[in-house]
Amino acid sequence: MQLTRRDTLALGLGAAALTLLPFRASASLADDKIAEFTGGAPVGEGGVTLTAPEIAENGNTVPIGVEAPGAVSIMVLAAGNPRPEVATFNFGPLAGAHSASTRIRLAGTQDVIAVAKMADGSFAKASATVKVTIGGCGG
Amino acid sequence: MASGVKPRVKVPKKASAGDTITIKTLISHKMESGQRKDKSGNVIPRSIINRFVCEFNGETVIDVTLDPAISTNPFFEFEAKVPESGEFTFTWYDDDGDVYTTSKKIEAS
Repeated sequence: MQLTRRDTLALGLGAAALTLLPFRASASLADDKIAEFTGGAPVGEGGVTLTAPEIAENGNTVPIGVEAPGAVSIMVLAAGNPRPEVATFNFGPLAGAHSASTRIRLAGTQDVIAVAKMADGSFAKASATVKVTIGGCGG
Repeated sequence: MASGVKPRVKVPKKASAGDTITIKTLISHKMESGQRKDKSGNVIPRSIINRFVCEFNGETVIDVTLDPAISTNPFFEFEAKVPESGEFTFTWYDDDGDVYTTSKKIEAS
């Protein structure tokens, strides 16, 4: 059988879809985690700042920062990791600014999501896409 | 992992009362994610620090829940209010039940 140009394209698309599938599956895992955190409450946009590099060479340590004035707690998720939860920051009465930074592991290029719970009980989220050259989850 | 865990904390020695200061913490820990496999294909069991708390004179500054996606040698940078002179206490809780603590005094003027 001779491969036509059309066949080749279809094959390529199929392969791309296959590689993307596991990431989609855990994207819904991340949604589940958000639902668990918010208790099903609607999540707004704005009010949260997520600082992450556009390109991370090494997925083993990716510096990120979150800031949400007036937040009680901020949850950070990595949608494309085998387990999406990364960390939850709970701010106490002596927190100077509702911000924190740390270093996280990313399995591959994906979205990092920050969900903040505000003092008035509302939720807000922000996300950033990070390109990862070398994944950081072993395997 | 109970050996070789060394917390390092950077807190200014002095501040004026009511000021907001930046604190940086780092603790050496391999943070085994439970996702990796050894040479013979067995999963290396998870062994991480799962909680970090910073307190000032008994009041919470920040309380962080850590998951396996936190890097080796977990690092945190955050800000704290200093209402008076006192002591910051930093506590890390390991999966294996170990607790690592360190504290730093600060003088407020």
